[in-house]
Amino acid sequence: MSTADAALTQKFDWSSESAAARRRRRHRADRRLRTIGVVAISIAIGLLGILIVSLVSTGYRAFVQTMVTVPVYVDPQFVNEDDPSKGNYRAIVKGTLETLFPEVTDPREQRELARLLTNNTQFMIRAKVVADPKLIGTTFDIRVPVSDPFDQLNKGVIDRDLPEDRRKINDKQIGWYDKLEAEGRVSTPFNWGLFVNSDSRFPELAGLAGAIVGSFYALLVCFLISFPVGIAAAVYLEEFAPKNRWTDLIEVNINNLAAVPSIVFGLLGLAVFLNFFGLPRSAPLVGGMVLSLMTLPTIIIVTRASLKAVPPSIREAALGMGASRHQVITHHVLPLALPGILTGTIIGLAQALGETAPLLLIGMNAFITSPPGGLLDASTALPTQIFIWADSPERGFVDRTSAAILVLLGFLIIMNGIAIFLRQRLERTW
Amino acid sequence: MKNVSFATVAAIAVAGAVAASPASARDQIRIVGSSTVFPFTQAVAEEFANVTGNPAPVVESTGTGGGMKIFCGGVGEDFPDITGASRAMKESEHKACMDNGVDSVTEVLIGYDGIAFASARKGAVIDVTIPQLFQALAAEVEVDGKVVANPYKKWSEIDASLPDVEITVFGPPPTSGTRDAWVELVMEEGCEAFPAIEALEGEKKDQVCARMRTDGPFIEAGENDNLIVQRLNADENAFGIFGYSFLYENQDTLEGEKIDGVAPAFETIADGSYPVSRPLFFYIKNAHRGVIPGLDDFVGEYVSEAAMGDGGYLSERGLIPLGSEQRDAVRGDAEAGNNMTRYGS
Repeated sequence: MSTADAALTQKFDWSSESAAARRRRRHRADRRLRTIGVVAISIAIGLLGILIVSLVSTGYRAFVQTMVTVPVYVDPQFVNEDDPSKGNYRAIVKGTLETLFPEVTDPREQRELARLLTNNTQFMIRAKVVADPKLIGTTFDIRVPVSDPFDQLNKGVIDRDLPEDRRKINDKQIGWYDKLEAEGRVSTPFNWGLFVNSDSRFPELAGLAGAIVGSFYALLVCFLISFPVGIAAAVYLEEFAPKNRWTDLIEVNINNLAAVPSIVFGLLGLAVFLNFFGLPRSAPLVGGMVLSLMTLPTIIIVTRASLKAVPPSIREAALGMGASRHQVITHHVLPLALPGILTGTIIGLAQALGETAPLLLIGMNAFITSPPGGLLDASTALPTQIFIWADSPERGFVDRTSAAILVLLGFLIIMNGIAIFLRQRLERTW
Repeated sequence: MKNVSFATVAAIAVAGAVAASPASARDQIRIVGSSTVFPFTQAVAEEFANVTGNPAPVVESTGTGGGMKIFCGGVGEDFPDITGASRAMKESEHKACMDNGVDSVTEVLIGYDGIAFASARKGAVIDVTIPQLFQALAAEVEVDGKVVANPYKKWSEIDASLPDVEITVFGPPPTSGTRDAWVELVMEEGCEAFPAIEALEGEKKDQVCARMRTDGPFIEAGENDNLIVQRLNADENAFGIFGYSFLYENQDTLEGEKIDGVAPAFETIADGSYPVSRPLFFYIKNAHRGVIPGLDDFVGEYVSEAAMGDGGYLSERGLIPLGSEQRDAVRGDAEAGNNMTRYGS
C-alpha cells in the first residue's frame, strides 16, 4: 500500500521539472491562441478601417457643395406674366452674367462664362418665378450650385497650377471664378441636394432622393411579402408539421435557398415577373418581390429558431389550461418569440437593402430624374444608384459615389442598431 | 415550403399584374441600349424633361446587344421606344425586329465617339501604329512569316522605337460595344499588314484577326471605364482602352497616346484623321410615335442644334458632332420617321 502511495506521489510530482515544463507549454499554447485571435480581430478591424477611411476621404467632399449667389433681374420682356413657366430664362441668366461681368462681350467667352453656373440655373429661376409671379420685373438674389469643374476646383481636386490644356477649365474661367469669390459670392454650405434631389447628369445637382424612395418602396414590398409568409411557414413547420422525410426535405431546401446567390433570384424575377407576368421593368414592386425571395429563407430560419427557444413548459401550461393549438401559438408562443423574429427580419431587410445584382437584372439601374410616385413607377435603389454613379465619367461622381456608399452604410447601421436595441430591450431569457 | 412561398409570391405577382394593366397608358418614354450612348441620352432626357415639363424618360444602360434584344422584342408598351447603339444594327438584329412585328425603325446617326488608347500623364508616352497595336494585343501574330502564339512581352520587342516596358493594357470585355469597335477598327485593320495572316483562309483568318490575347498583357477590366482610369493612375506603365469621353473628363491625369501619329482630340476625331472612331446611333420604333406621349418631341430635342450641333450640350459630354449638312439630313430623317434602309426593305 505504502509503496503504491509512494509511486503515486512520485508519478504526479507537480513540482517536478517535467511537470513544470508541461505547464509552461500549455500556457504558451494558451497565449498563442489568444494572440492569433487578437491578430485576426486587428486584421478585420484594419480592413474595415481602410474601407471607411478611403470612403470618407473622397466622400466628404460630396457632403458640401460650392454655391454662388447671383443677382437675377427678371426682365418682363422675356417672361410672359400670364404663364411664367414659359419664358426665355436662358436670356435672363445671360443678363445676370452680363451685369456681373460687363467686360465679357465676345460670344465665345460669354459661353465659357455661362459654364461657371450649373446648367439648370435657368430652371431654378423659372421655378422661383412660377412660385411667385410678383418677382417679374424685380431683382432678387438666388444661390445656385457652380458647375462641377468649378466645384472640383474649389475643393482642390483640380489643380489650378496645371498647364491650361490639361484641365477642363481655362485660365480666364478661373479668373472669373476668383472674382466671384473675391466679391464674397461663393459659399460652400452642406449639400442638402444630395438628399432632396434625384439623379441628374450634372454631378452638382445629382442626389439620392429617387434612390432612397425606391429602396424604401422595394423594402416595403419585400417586408409585406416575406414577413407574413415567412412567419406562417415557420409556425407550420415548427408547431404543426409531422417529422417525416418530406419535412426534412423541405428543411434542407430552405437552408439551401438561403445560400443561393442573389443573381439567381434576379434571373428568376426577370423570367417570371417581367417576361411571364408582364410586370413593368424597373418597378420597385418587382424589386421588392425579388428581394423577398432572398429574405424569405432567412426569416423562416430565424423564426423557427425563435419558436424553438420558447420553453416547452409555456406550451404545456397553456395546453393544460385548456387552450387550443392556435391559442397557444397566437397568445403565448408567438408574442414571446417576436423579439427574435423582429431582429432577424430587420437583419434580413438590411441585407436586402444592400443587394444589387438582382436589381440590375430587372432594370432598376435606369437613369431617372424624379422619385417614383408609386410601386409601379420606374425607379432606382441605393445600391444600383451607386453602380450608376461609379460608371459616370464626370469627376464629381467619384465623390458622390463614395458619399452614396456612406449613406447606404448609414442606413445599414441604423437598421442593425434597431435590431440590437430590440433584442436587448425585449428579449427574455429563461 | 418552397412551393408554398412560390405559390404565394406568384399569386401576389398576378394581383400586381392585374392592378398594373388598367394603368397601361405609359406616359414615360423608355430607352435602353449602349452604355456609350447612355450619357448622351441622359443629357437629352434631362433637358427634355426640364424644358417641356413632360415626365423624364427612363434611360437604362443595357449594352448595345442587350438593348437590341429588348427593343426588338415587339411593339407595345412593355417594349422600349428607343435603343442606343455604339454600332449599326446588325442584320440578324434587324431580322429579329421584323419577326417580332417591329417593321418600321428609324436609324439616327448622332455623331462620333473616339476610342482612346491612353496612359497616365506621368507614365510612358508612345506613338504606335495600328499594326503594332495588333502585335501587342492579338492572341496570335506573325513572326518570321509564321503565325504563332503572341511572344511579345515588352513594347520594345515589337519595335525598337517603342519604350522598354512590359505590355500592360486594360480593356473592355467582349460584351462591350467598345470592344467590338476596337476589334473592328484596330485588330482587323492591323492584321492586314501581315502577309502570312492575310494568306490564311476564311474563318481561320477572321479568328486570328479578331482574337485578343489572354496570356496576361491584355487585361479585361469589366464594363466600368472609371475602373480602368483608376488603374492607369496606379500603374504608370499601363495603357487603357476606353471611350473618348472618359479621357476628356480626366485630361488632367490621363493623356491619349498617338495612333498612327495622331492623338485623340475633338478636331482629329471629327475630321476623321484619328483612326479609331466609331459612329453612334439611336433607333426609334416608329409604331410608338403618336402613341407614347412626347416621343416625337424627345426625338426633336435629340436631333436639335442645341443638342447635337457644334458646341451643343452633347459635345460638352464628349460627343463628336457630325458635319452640318449631315446633321440636316439626319434631322430630316428622324423627324419624318423614315424607315431605315440599311438592310433593304
